[in-house]
Amino acid sequence: MRYFLTCIILVLYTAQVYAQQPTGVKAGDTPNDSGGNITVIWDYPEPYEGVKKITYTIVVGESENGPFHGAKYSAANLQSSDPGTFGHGEETSQKLFARVDEYTDPTDPSKKIAIENGKTYYVQVIAHLPSGESFPSAIAAAEAYENFFNRTKTNNFIIGTIFSLIILISIFLAQKRELFIRRIAGLEALDEALGRATEMGKPVLFAHGLASMGSVSTIAAVNVLSRVANRTAEFNTELRVANNDPVVMAVSQEVVKESYLNAGRPDAYSEDSVFMVATEQFSYAAALDGMMVRDRPATNIMMGYFYAESLLLAETGASIGAIQIAGTDSYTQLPFFITTCDYTLMGEELYAASAYLAREPKLLGSLKGQDIGKAVLLILLILGTLLATLGNQTLTHIFTAY
Amino acid sequence: MLFLRRTLPLIIAFVMGMIGILVFYIPHSGAQALEQELTKWDRIVAAFAMVLGIYSLMRLHWGRVRRQQAGWAYSFLVFVGFTVMFVLAIYNDGQGPLSPQVIDSGPFVWMFDNVQVPADATMFSILAFFIASAAYRTFRARTPEAAILLVSAIIVMIGRVPIGALISDWVPWLSQWLMAVPNLAAKRGILLGVSLGAVATALRIIFGIERSYLGGGEE
Repeated sequence: MRYFLTCIILVLYTAQVYAQQPTGVKAGDTPNDSGGNITVIWDYPEPYEGVKKITYTIVVGESENGPFHGAKYSAANLQSSDPGTFGHGEETSQKLFARVDEYTDPTDPSKKIAIENGKTYYVQVIAHLPSGESFPSAIAAAEAYENFFNRTKTNNFIIGTIFSLIILISIFLAQKRELFIRRIAGLEALDEALGRATEMGKPVLFAHGLASMGSVSTIAAVNVLSRVANRTAEFNTELRVANNDPVVMAVSQEVVKESYLNAGRPDAYSEDSVFMVATEQFSYAAALDGMMVRDRPATNIMMGYFYAESLLLAETGASIGAIQIAGTDSYTQLPFFITTCDYTLMGEELYAASAYLAREPKLLGSLKGQDIGKAVLLILLILGTLLATLGNQTLTHIFTAY
Repeated sequence: MLFLRRTLPLIIAFVMGMIGILVFYIPHSGAQALEQELTKWDRIVAAFAMVLGIYSLMRLHWGRVRRQQAGWAYSFLVFVGFTVMFVLAIYNDGQGPLSPQVIDSGPFVWMFDNVQVPADATMFSILAFFIASAAYRTFRARTPEAAILLVSAIIVMIGRVPIGALISDWVPWLSQWLMAVPNLAAKRGILLGVSLGAVATALRIIFGIERSYLGGGEE
């Protein structure tokens, strides 16, 4: 009888240990990184009353037989908290993971040793119960290495490639047949605005906004500047380009100079026409407002990325009666431009401006590609909304950025 | 000569553009190091360009002072401000020009905090009056669109102040709905177009289709 009871107690204890011991422990390189990191995965424990009070520690050793040292790791989370790495499957809510990048130096516990690439480490997960008992898992081996592709960005890569191909195919097709491009009022009015400045004998003022040359909107603004400079050279109208970034200024000087050269009017180009105003936002706004009030340009062109200075510039321009054409992809400033300017290029129209003004088939093809891309996105948006309403998240997951 | 003026910049734009795209997807330390290196180049170019910027600023204002153009006294103040701040930056709160710039005390910081910052704040505060005058012009309900804008603006404005809730609980709710549904939908629509436009512009430049940034357009 005593033997029987002892056996039962031993079986129950073993079952208890088995239930508390972390199971399904796997370790491997952390994907999508530059190495020096190991991901440890183990099963979420079977549900019971105290399951949420279990805490875990991870130990790392350089040999399978130990010694093991405390690891520095990210908090243990369910895999479902990182869908970029683990996906959206149901099993992700039944697995825990943690990432280890350092462990305690055995010779000096105050120091940490970083995980090295290409070296095998042995990892153990220890579960600590509220009762104070600890249950170590089986040992798992892992090796960290550098990755050549960030798989969490696969959707971004595929979608970006598809849209790029649509645009490139449109550019190719545009050379073979004429394309219809919708009318953009602000750009149609550009010649009229420059003509007005010519008739009045007053200058055209061009402002770039505050973004640096690294911003696509500034690049688009410089492209528009090139077209504007071509026209002002042809019309023999004074052009003033006010900058707040020295790199943008240097690029603009070259662009305007080349445009005057190409228009056959190199003599009309003045180095002083493209100048630096101020690098500070409101100093820039104050200086430009002063120029507007003193010089009274007939046309103000504001293209690029603007912040709070947009209304200061546009309202001053409106008060002097200048024709104002603005273009920005900063949607917070669009309402200010729409209310104060005669014409406003909204968002993508800024990027389209240069191509639209050039009327060159290849450039117009890219605009067509943009429109096709938008149509595709629109269809996908409607489809995704319908599917999500029906409880299917597939499209939502495909278009989620990680 | 044409190679230096046209072909070489196009090759540089293509190579740098492709590097920029690829390093976004490659987490390898080599790719990341390359990206950091290019960022350093950018900073070095920006530092040299700043010298050009200062030269341009001085040249512009010196011309005005020399010709005694309208408002030339303001241009003179540019030189005064530049000289004072330059000397104070060199003085560096007594540490000299070779020490790291002192950023929490000293006359340079005092001048910045007590001249530049209040001047900026003054310009910013003017915005409130400009918003009022722009709103007045826009909200004259001459067209159906302007009328919709006027009604929406009134609802949003009243819904965001305590009196809105006093009038009716529906006013703050409607204000919130206008911001969260039609306004957000329009914003997202613009953002989608902007993103595709940015991709198209980048492709045009990387593949040398858009050359107007080199000046003069296509050939």
